[in-house]
Amino acid sequence: MPQISFIQAINQAIAEEMERDPLTFLMGEDVVLGAFGATKGLIDKFGAKRVRNTPISEAGFVGAAVGAAMAGTRPICEVEFASFFYCAFDQICNQAAKLRYMSGGQATMPITFRAVFGAMGGAAAQHSETVYAQFLSVPGLKLVIPSGPSDMKGLLKSAIRDNNPVIVFEHGALGWSREDVPAGEHLVPLGKAAVKRPGDNVTVVAIGAMVPKAMSVAEKLEKEKISVEVIDPRTLIPLDEDAILASVEKTNRIVIADEGHLRGGAAADLAAIVADKGFDFLDAPVRRVTSLDVPIPFSPPLEKAAIADEARIEAAIRAVVGR
Amino acid sequence: MDISKDKLLEMYRTMQKIRLFESKARDLAMAAEIPGFVHVSIGEEASATGVCAALRKTDRITSNHRGHGHLIAKGGRLDRMMAEIFGKRTGYCKGKGGSMHIVDYSLGILGANGIVGAGLPIATGSALGAVIAGKDDVTVAFFGDGASNEGTFHESLNLAAVWKLPVVFVCENNGFGEFTPMATVTSVKDIAVRAKAYDIPGHIVDGNDVLEVFRFTSEAVARARAGEGPTLLECKTYRWEGHVVGEQAFLGDGSYREKSEVEEWKRKCPLIRFEKWCAESGKISSAELKKIIADTEKELADAVEFARSSELPAPSEVTDDVYNNT
Repeated sequence: MPQISFIQAINQAIAEEMERDPLTFLMGEDVVLGAFGATKGLIDKFGAKRVRNTPISEAGFVGAAVGAAMAGTRPICEVEFASFFYCAFDQICNQAAKLRYMSGGQATMPITFRAVFGAMGGAAAQHSETVYAQFLSVPGLKLVIPSGPSDMKGLLKSAIRDNNPVIVFEHGALGWSREDVPAGEHLVPLGKAAVKRPGDNVTVVAIGAMVPKAMSVAEKLEKEKISVEVIDPRTLIPLDEDAILASVEKTNRIVIADEGHLRGGAAADLAAIVADKGFDFLDAPVRRVTSLDVPIPFSPPLEKAAIADEARIEAAIRAVVGR
Repeated sequence: MDISKDKLLEMYRTMQKIRLFESKARDLAMAAEIPGFVHVSIGEEASATGVCAALRKTDRITSNHRGHGHLIAKGGRLDRMMAEIFGKRTGYCKGKGGSMHIVDYSLGILGANGIVGAGLPIATGSALGAVIAGKDDVTVAFFGDGASNEGTFHESLNLAAVWKLPVVFVCENNGFGEFTPMATVTSVKDIAVRAKAYDIPGHIVDGNDVLEVFRFTSEAVARARAGEGPTLLECKTYRWEGHVVGEQAFLGDGSYREKSEVEEWKRKCPLIRFEKWCAESGKISSAELKKIIADTEKELADAVEFARSSELPAPSEVTDDVYNNT
């Protein structure tokens, strides 16, 4: 199986899906050049009609993706950085997410929104934020957060084929991570968590770039005979609650690791679900490891202080297992 | 432009449908028989009618909060529209949308919209979709003078101009954004001049003259269909009723326009104007017009009866249609 990067996986997924369906097309900021490499070369394969640079005008072109979907096409719409979604909040939350419901099921909204998110070193708060929590309470959307190249490809292909608005959040720090990825057809269903590593003493539910961090902590703690099960939910909507609850039933302890914020974040949401539906399984309080409730700062030591890391995951695990 | 007699009759029927539907909707809202906010377009019938008369069935429109007229003009059924504003299961949106959100995709009605300016990028994207799919359908965005101050107006005109998309932007300038006079919050006297900033044609149209609206729209649609890009039309018109039905209840004495202004515009009634034109040109007899009124009254009465006698949705339907599970 060929080893490819997270970014190459994005490129492969888009190219394969555009090959498969002539109504699938790509639009967004600097997609022709492929600013981060993800869409590089697609213009040569598919031409200017289906690979379109938009003006830096998020409300306009995100809204246009909504209209294009309603006209029967399947847009893949990229805003470079996920914080730019704020400029198109109406188009995503009031239009893409709601119009199917509000039209009594008449609208079908097969749009894939893509954006880079997360701290990647000195990009400051408007280019480093983890913004999926802002969309968690918007029914009608699906939220996908791949943690590595193989899932990236399989989830993105599923997202593009999905008949709903799906936002795929691509962590910037994962861009050059590499792993074996199946060439050609490789689909990962939305709503199915992955057990990244089985374990018995504690469950760590890790999201996005926290998955590799949780994996390295788990490896370290194994030497101390602390057996950590790492679960990657892969999609927050739909959420594979069963996989998380089954794991907690086995380990009786849970740590939720997310790069988002503590208050109102994805970790808070998952913690509430576990408290609600898995309380009887628990032998210790649910612990969340998140970034601090500050805008993500620019200067490296400040950024490091703000972002959830291995040390905090390890500390939380030790706290719940009492070792 | 020679307009066929059938087309003229169709336009009059549409204007009557809108007038009667809107009057009824206002009365029903005042009587609290229908819930929610209702915005009626009495006085603005000619722009909706003239624009949609220039479209074919596969062309699409986006509309706004004051959308009943646009939907009727694009072929929306009075009974299913009425049922929707009653919140009934037989309504266009199964009771999930209401007055501000009626949709019929089979007629190319991509929907009224409760967010001012939201329809413009959607229409732009619908036009993009036609290009991607290799079809020559045109999309019209209806919006008001208020929406022309939204960022989405400017972003949509730019995007549509850059990509030469088959879209016609129709601004119905009725002089007010909610309760605020347009002149006090808008940098230009005529919205049409904003087209210049995007290097596209912009025309001021007498929005109360259905024939003029039809002619300008036909030209803009032909241009769009031929791949020559978007046009901005500004239909000058006026709403006789308030921004929202029942606004007196919260505005109290807080009047925002002169009675004399309303009376002056009532004298420019688009229906009377058309009736006069029919008499003067001899194209259509008053008997023919009267028959249309009688037919439309009957159709509306049936629509209200359909809405009243339809079932309300069951509470269990609340979770239907959030996602498309196919």
